[in-house]
Amino acid sequence: MTKMNMLQAINNALDTAMAADDKVLCFGEDVGVFGGVFRATSNLQQKYGKSRCFNTPLVEQGIIGFANGLAAQGSVPVAEIQFADYIFPAFDQIVNESAKYRYRSGNLFNVGGLTIRAPYGGGIAGGLYHSQSPEAYFAHTPGLKIVVPRNPHQAKGLLLAAIHDPNPVLFFEPKRLYRASVGDVPDEDYRLPLGEAEIIKEGTDVTVLGWGAQMEVIDQAVERAEKEGISCEVIDLRSILPWDVETVANSVLKTGRLVITHEAPLTGGFAGEIAATIQERCFLYLESPIARVTGMDTPFPLVLEKEHLPNHLKVYEAIRESVEF
Amino acid sequence: MTTTKSKVVYSPSFTDGAEFRIPTFKLLKQDGKLYKSAKAPDLDKDKALRIYRAMVTTRILDERMLAAQRQGRLSFYMQCTGEEAAVIGSAAALDDNDMIMAQYREQGALAYRGFSIDEFMNQLFGNELDYGKGRQMPVHYGSKKLNYMTISSPLATQIPQATGYAYGQKLAGDGHCTITYFGEGAASEGDFHAALNMAAVQRVPVIFLCRNNGYAISTPAAEQFAADGVAPRAYGYKMDVIRVDGNDVLAMYEATRAARELAVKHNRPVLIEAMSYRLAAHSSSDDPSGYRSKDEEAVWREKDPILRMRLWLESKKWWSEDDEKQFQENMRREVLETMKRAQKRPPPALETLVTDVYDEVPPMLAEQFEKLKAHIRRYPDEYPKSAEHVKGGA
Repeated sequence: MTKMNMLQAINNALDTAMAADDKVLCFGEDVGVFGGVFRATSNLQQKYGKSRCFNTPLVEQGIIGFANGLAAQGSVPVAEIQFADYIFPAFDQIVNESAKYRYRSGNLFNVGGLTIRAPYGGGIAGGLYHSQSPEAYFAHTPGLKIVVPRNPHQAKGLLLAAIHDPNPVLFFEPKRLYRASVGDVPDEDYRLPLGEAEIIKEGTDVTVLGWGAQMEVIDQAVERAEKEGISCEVIDLRSILPWDVETVANSVLKTGRLVITHEAPLTGGFAGEIAATIQERCFLYLESPIARVTGMDTPFPLVLEKEHLPNHLKVYEAIRESVEF
Repeated sequence: MTTTKSKVVYSPSFTDGAEFRIPTFKLLKQDGKLYKSAKAPDLDKDKALRIYRAMVTTRILDERMLAAQRQGRLSFYMQCTGEEAAVIGSAAALDDNDMIMAQYREQGALAYRGFSIDEFMNQLFGNELDYGKGRQMPVHYGSKKLNYMTISSPLATQIPQATGYAYGQKLAGDGHCTITYFGEGAASEGDFHAALNMAAVQRVPVIFLCRNNGYAISTPAAEQFAADGVAPRAYGYKMDVIRVDGNDVLAMYEATRAARELAVKHNRPVLIEAMSYRLAAHSSSDDPSGYRSKDEEAVWREKDPILRMRLWLESKKWWSEDDEKQFQENMRREVLETMKRAQKRPPPALETLVTDVYDEVPPMLAEQFEKLKAHIRRYPDEYPKSAEHVKGGA
């Protein structure tokens, strides 16, 4: 065990994967000698050489196109998109190519070795273009897996699982927690399951669901609610696609209430998908409407970021309203 | 910061690159004779005939399957007609283990590698033997054993993938390269530029083969770019480039052979611009009479690449009129008989709807599939292709 922040845990996961298998490659903008703008790939070029960890030209569609080809060839590319806000030039390569490679070829070819890492989310005064949470766009694409870690331990275990998973994985990293989240991380190679949510805290009155940086917000909200005697069950979804319907539905069958929170805007956000599925499964058990606490339906603001974000107070309010409904 | 020292001037001085005129490489005249100072590539009889047979096979397959589409047997078809030399001449210059990442009009390369008529037909009819399991429109072929990447409809996506694939080959050190085919229209996509730049920067063993066939559906090349074709773009990436008469199979073979050497031995990516003409419509859904003249087509019909090669083969006494007649007859018969067989084969199993989305079917999708099966069981007459597959289940 070593105490690490989330960046160190991610760097450690990449180091672990590259040490174990020569086929693992890391590349993206500024990923080489500089180690990435957030330093997630620090020292990897120095350790594994320029052919396995390198800078690419500034072209996201090229980075992912290149990565798709490498993965089809049998390599294990871990491509970095510097900010999730800049993933859209690569949308075609991800949605039409990565996601469909196996299906369209009848499993003759696949890009299962591909992992795409991208920092996402607000809270760092990043404005419109350094704050977005684009997971819902990709969640509409069968063939992709989408994973979001909440802390350093999760980040290493989930990233190693993503790298070794035989399907293309989008790995969204909550950049607000890169240095803020610190915890004990095992030194060895370990992998946490994809497609499985984790019940972080059991409770009986209401289920509170989120992922990534929102888990910290949920913790604060729940602490406040519990002081008022509301027993909360807290779930980290961890995988957006495919997502763990079973764990969430079982929890809601028990509590009868569900509060979902994410930073992305409300309309078309992934909370809507979860709410629709859960009301199908738990209709007769629901004690109150499923609540969504999300960013507003606006581009991501700058100066009024705090007002926009679904913070612990808004989540707490939703928990209270759900229980008092 | 650049690697070359730039000369300094003290008044504004512009250049439009007009000083770069890229010549066209040719070896064979339309009458089957070599140009005066041209030297035929080192091509033995067996290989020359393998190339020629693949060209004729492609032409016959295209004619028959377009007719089948017109008869309503097939939903869609795309012909390679007029571009057989560009595609097959280049594919023949590769090692059969080199990867081919094509656009969609390169069935000739597959025919050259040995894809059987039966394999073509199974894909075209999307039957239970189609490697792609009936998921893609006709002509989206793929073959793992022949190193031919399954076709994807979105244009140009295969180009940066070829750069990546070839980078993996370079790291593996297996002495192989990747060739990627695309049209002059696809070369306008961002993916093209990304791919060439990345290949040049990383010194990747990849050959970019642009089939400049004059049209992107209805848009003529003159409305696609202002420059002298696609070839000059290579300068901007510091990449080796050659323009070739795409209807000259010997020139295509020789240019690609030399390009492969640059790619594999020297890690120098190459751009080849093959100048040709799409004699057929873009696809079975297109009608060229709306955007080009019969006269224009006639000019190019005179430059038929297959006839040109045949005349060369005959001049070498490697092929005769009898050979031609016999081969054509046999191939037409094989195509017809194989088509009839393939058309009768059953469609892919119902479960192919949900397999291969991931390596395993995730729970949510498995549940959707169970619902679908139950639905089909209630309305078996409405789903004749799959009702058989769901009989008896719970």
